[in-house]
Amino acid sequence: MVSQFLKLEWKSLYRSASFGKSIGIKIFMGLFALYFIVMFLGAGLVLYPGLKKEFPDQEPIYILNNVLFYWILIDLVFRFFFQKLPVMVVKPLLILPVKRSKVVNYVLRKSALSFFNFLPLFAIVPFGITLLVKNYPVVSVLSWMLAVVLTTLIINFLNFIIESFSAETEFSFLPVVIFTGGLYALNHFDLVSFNTIVGAGFNAVYENPIYVLAPLLILVGLYIYNGKLLKQKLFLDSGLKTKVKEVKASNLEWTKNFGDIAPFLRLDLKLIWRNKRTKSSVWMLAMGLLYGLVFYPNPQFKNFEGIYVFVGIFSTGIFLINFGQFIPAWDSAYYKLLMSQNLKYEQYLKSKFTLMAISVGVLFLLGIPYVFFGWKILVAHFAAAIYNVGVNTHVILLGGSFNRKKIDLSQKAAFNYQGTGAVQWLIGIPLLLLPMGIFSLAFFTIGFEVACAIIAVLGIIGVVFHKQFMKAITAKYLQSKYKMIDAFDQDN
Amino acid sequence: MISTINLSKKYGGKQVLNVEALDIPKGQSFGLVGNNGAGKTTYFSLLLDLIKPTTGHIINNKVKVNESENWKPFTSAFIDESFLIGYLTPEEYFYFIGELRGQNKADVDALVSQFEDFFHGEILGQKKYLRDLSKGNQKKAGIVAALIGNPEVVILDEPFANLDPTTQIRLKAIVKDLAETKGVTVLISSHDLLHVTDVCERIVVLEKGEIVKDLETSEATLKELEAHFTN
Repeated sequence: MVSQFLKLEWKSLYRSASFGKSIGIKIFMGLFALYFIVMFLGAGLVLYPGLKKEFPDQEPIYILNNVLFYWILIDLVFRFFFQKLPVMVVKPLLILPVKRSKVVNYVLRKSALSFFNFLPLFAIVPFGITLLVKNYPVVSVLSWMLAVVLTTLIINFLNFIIESFSAETEFSFLPVVIFTGGLYALNHFDLVSFNTIVGAGFNAVYENPIYVLAPLLILVGLYIYNGKLLKQKLFLDSGLKTKVKEVKASNLEWTKNFGDIAPFLRLDLKLIWRNKRTKSSVWMLAMGLLYGLVFYPNPQFKNFEGIYVFVGIFSTGIFLINFGQFIPAWDSAYYKLLMSQNLKYEQYLKSKFTLMAISVGVLFLLGIPYVFFGWKILVAHFAAAIYNVGVNTHVILLGGSFNRKKIDLSQKAAFNYQGTGAVQWLIGIPLLLLPMGIFSLAFFTIGFEVACAIIAVLGIIGVVFHKQFMKAITAKYLQSKYKMIDAFDQDN
Repeated sequence: MISTINLSKKYGGKQVLNVEALDIPKGQSFGLVGNNGAGKTTYFSLLLDLIKPTTGHIINNKVKVNESENWKPFTSAFIDESFLIGYLTPEEYFYFIGELRGQNKADVDALVSQFEDFFHGEILGQKKYLRDLSKGNQKKAGIVAALIGNPEVVILDEPFANLDPTTQIRLKAIVKDLAETKGVTVLISSHDLLHVTDVCERIVVLEKGEIVKDLETSEATLKELEAHFTN
């Protein structure tokens, strides 16, 4: 039976329409994984000699045990964003003679084979071998290693429980933030000293191998609980069909002021507010807006004005980037309708442009408090906002005409790569790096004021030639009409 | 109204449609039947300029559809669910289509209210998004949306599939009325021979992309079609 499941999954993998298409993302992820493997391997090798050298009078393993708590927290956060829930198409299986518990067990056990569970081994094994070579007691070292592996699996299953709660909330990363943040805070303010508790636990396992039963029991408990959660979802009416909330129809009458683009503007606003994926990218606005706080309070960046324009472009353009890069894929589900309707492509694109331009203005106004860190920041942000309206909106609309990937609006946004292709990575270059490059060049050769002026003037030029740009962009969209219809028709 | 000239469509060397000539006069209710893969949806997609013809072209009311967009104001269609906007309520969807076709709210309301029977109280005022309606109800909304703005050509792909018997009967009345009293050219494809002979004045049978039969509907048509599809 398990081999049947494996066959199904293999087929779903290499027969999927996007197989081989998203090579760029896979290479990126591969490099990412390789980087972590090397890091962990390196850590595993230098851990023993390094700790021995720094703290000659302490046992390296005890020091390590004391910081394992932080590793657990970081691992949880990382997994939340990068590890995919073990999913399987269960609907066709439900009426076949397959026991539900079998499906559940298979899905859960498969998740144990995740890359994230193997990663710690790259550090633990060399560290353990070093210990054995240095004549530490064999049983103790082995049971300690076993305990770490069990902990990895505990994190694995804990993550799924957290994810199953996130699936039900709008703001999907709230549960993991609350959970890990809460644990960290309790520990940090010495209310409950988790790092000592965790450390003492691992010390105990090392000293008395019988205690390895404790993580084992926790793991079994989590496994059973996960199984229960999953089993509940294996019914059509719970997991596969979602509740239907009563909705309030709205007219958005005020959009009438925008004239002939009003119907599209209304449609876009509803699109953003009524779908999971777009709605959660609204929350990203807050992140973008606060992005400056990473740099500006930091004295290191005090005299590094080159960063101002970068932050300015990013924080006033976060909506533009988030929303704009998936034009027209947002409308992919009903693109055929739009194409056979009596509509002017130009109005459709102009509505998107207007929305992005307004967002830049609003985000600039909201970012005015940054003036607290110096007037130069405000000036740079203002120039960046003009650049965003004049140049970046057009660039991103043009990039959209190369868009060939459909988007499922009901999925959450963070780290969702659906609809992402090479275009989305490449478009970042003109969007962010180009203005930053121009600015830095002018800044270092002439001065801050001139650099800001150049960025602003580029933006103004873009605004002046808006009509011509839009004509060219519209032509580009019309050119790729058939290709887009065909691509949006395919499930990826 | 609609003339098809030397139209063909190939996908990777495989011919899926090849129609030398097909003329559909104004006000005709036209039925397209054929087994799966016969080319019905391909023909409709070509008529709506959603795919590119390999050779030939279609002229819709003097407009060459793959060269000009001027056929759009008087042509409307419902092909499949991808013609619906899932996150709108049916009313919002009707108004949106109405706006694109130059109709104000009152116009749309007036038109939609004629279909209250057809909706059977399951579409209007439900406070649900289209994506949350059942397949049949989605179809009802899509078909009615295709009638907004007094189109002269209405294209419906498999309109009877997924509909309950009551609605199927009502839909037949609507289609007949469109062609007979309003002079609308209606193009329908269907797998249901009975429905299509009931509704359409003319039925064309496609087989592997080619026209094999072109019939004026009469008493004998249903028998003839059944005989054709039996072997």
